[in-house]
Amino acid sequence: MRRILRRREIVADDWIHLGEDAADGAALIVPLAELRKDPGRWWQWPGRLGVRLTPVDRVEELADELPRLDLVAVEFPNPGDGRGYSQARLLRERLGFRGELRAVGAGVRQDQVFLLARCGFDAIELAGGEDADAARGALQRYDVAYQPGAPETAIRRQRFFAT
Amino acid sequence: MYQYDELDQAFVDQRVAEFRDQTRRHLAGQLSEDEFRPLRLRNGLYIQRHAPMLRIAIPYGLLASRQLAKLADIARRYDRGYGHFTTRQNLQLNWPRLPDVPDILAELATVQMHAIQTSGNCVRNVTADHLAGIARDEIDDPRPYCEIIRQWATLHPEFTYLPRKFKIAVTGSPEDRAASEVHDIGLHLARDAQGDIGFTVLVGGGLGRAPVIGQVIRDFLPLPDLLSYLEAILRVYNRHGRRDNLNKARIKVLVKSLGIARFREQVEAEWQLSRASAARLPAAEVERVRGFFRPQPYETLEDFDASAGREPAFQAWYRYNTRPHRVSGYRAVFVSLKAHGQNPGDMSCEQMEAVAALAERVSFGLIRATHNQNLLLADVRQSELYDVWLELERHQLAMPNIGTLTDMIACPGLDFCSLANAGTLGVAKQIQERFNDLDYLYDLGDIEIKMSGCMNACGHHHVGHIGILGVDKHGEEWYQITLGGSANGFTALGEVIGPSVPKNEVAATIERIVEAYRALRAEGERFIDTFRRVGVTSFRESAYATHPAAA
Repeated sequence: MRRILRRREIVADDWIHLGEDAADGAALIVPLAELRKDPGRWWQWPGRLGVRLTPVDRVEELADELPRLDLVAVEFPNPGDGRGYSQARLLRERLGFRGELRAVGAGVRQDQVFLLARCGFDAIELAGGEDADAARGALQRYDVAYQPGAPETAIRRQRFFAT
Repeated sequence: MYQYDELDQAFVDQRVAEFRDQTRRHLAGQLSEDEFRPLRLRNGLYIQRHAPMLRIAIPYGLLASRQLAKLADIARRYDRGYGHFTTRQNLQLNWPRLPDVPDILAELATVQMHAIQTSGNCVRNVTADHLAGIARDEIDDPRPYCEIIRQWATLHPEFTYLPRKFKIAVTGSPEDRAASEVHDIGLHLARDAQGDIGFTVLVGGGLGRAPVIGQVIRDFLPLPDLLSYLEAILRVYNRHGRRDNLNKARIKVLVKSLGIARFREQVEAEWQLSRASAARLPAAEVERVRGFFRPQPYETLEDFDASAGREPAFQAWYRYNTRPHRVSGYRAVFVSLKAHGQNPGDMSCEQMEAVAALAERVSFGLIRATHNQNLLLADVRQSELYDVWLELERHQLAMPNIGTLTDMIACPGLDFCSLANAGTLGVAKQIQERFNDLDYLYDLGDIEIKMSGCMNACGHHHVGHIGILGVDKHGEEWYQITLGGSANGFTALGEVIGPSVPKNEVAATIERIVEAYRALRAEGERFIDTFRRVGVTSFRESAYATHPAAA
């Protein structure tokens, strides 16, 4: 079973992605394009439902559906593609999403997790080959920050508070 | 100048620890070169032609004596005893060893310095006018705002992986000495009708492959909204800037493709939605930072002509290498890094130490790096100018050529840079040799040469009065010459004069161009003004007069 970083703990993943072996009623993550193609089917899914966004997906279009979603997965195809950071902040700060916000994809490495957590990701599904313990440690690399950010990392002090 | 508090110090220390771990993993084979590259770039480390190159940030160009002395110490112990000052107020070391870089960064952190975000696709070192705080025409000192932007941009969680590099410059004077109109964002300090401070915001400027002059996106941005508005611009760019083609990924391409009006609409819409929750700039924080940039404790002195009755060499230096100061009895002194026979912007560690000590003695222990690749001692008593000159002379730092043709900007070019198509240093030498007569240089007056070894335009060739661009022609180094560029108040991009010329013809071609200027100029008319009056065609014929490639 896949292990993920949820908040500051390494836990067994209780979600599966569409295409992986899924028992009926499992918590399932479906790509947004797939959800749009067959909404009748996926909104009837008997288990918890999550959606997976690619970097080009506009989070604003999900606004009305967010209350019905337990999870939003944001894809980072490589470490250099930073669009998911903006998607995350918009989901949390503008659209008020309170479910699990999960970073997924080949770009999710230990050297990204501090930034990811600061943008509001509370779950991190590391790319294949990444060391979960090292990534967990990397969440604590900095205990200071200049910008306000999500509370998923323990920040001793930051400077520009949101008001 | 700004002093780190415990937050700032903890941050740079933790950054060093992070990079030490990343370097260790790379050297142990756990991080491939492809994986390590974006991490090392965000710590200023390139892998160049011969060796790594480390680009150290000098935020808005301001250095304390102990910092310059530390740079000298690092250059001596970890490099080959010199460094190269760049147009963006950074210092580059050309020969560090990769395993030593974490130690170098740790050394820098002991004097409140770093190399964070001096490369990579993120917000780069924020630059400013080198006459900040002392210029007579200044609206307000840009440096506190640069420092605030520096902090806000440092490891910004949302904007550390942008489509491309992102450069911000801030100016406080009507005369733009920071090339702000060719930056991704240029901020011009302004006051509104009530006298409150804010900024005129320009966006989408940039040099490189397709040079563009920045356009005004907002006439007046109130100071408290500075960070929220920058976030709105960066968010629109981060989401919609192109990522499919490195050459089209700068914000200028997004602005151009949407048009400034639509881009402005998108930014304003984003800003209206986000400003309530975005980072605000608390007045107390602004005051705290401004407190670090108060005027120096100047003495009450009268202005006088320090050059009167002195020898001609000092008079020339006084005229060309010093500038008026807003406080009577003081002048600003350029430390020329343009001695003939030297690479523009290069400085030995002995020279750095000498200037650090001199600044301690005569300029409140502060030194500035300028956009034109010189240093500046900003606050020198006029009564000490002669001694300062003698001391700078002793260290070959008093070449009286500031603002003249040999005060040229040049990137390191093919000799060091793995991106370059052609050499720049050999051409610089050629120009220095051909224009070695000071009286001739003075007769030519104010002419800016800017030279880049490739299209990336680190040497700002597009905005040189005379621009020189190295190109590769079937494996040979050739040079394309442009005329009429400017980045100083009136920003203009140079026009290509004609076919490129071979390496050994560059200085001769420039001589023919300036001879044409001498023939065409009206009384007292500067090169750039003559060019604007008569146009490129009047120069074309002369430039190629005896050139074999002209046919």
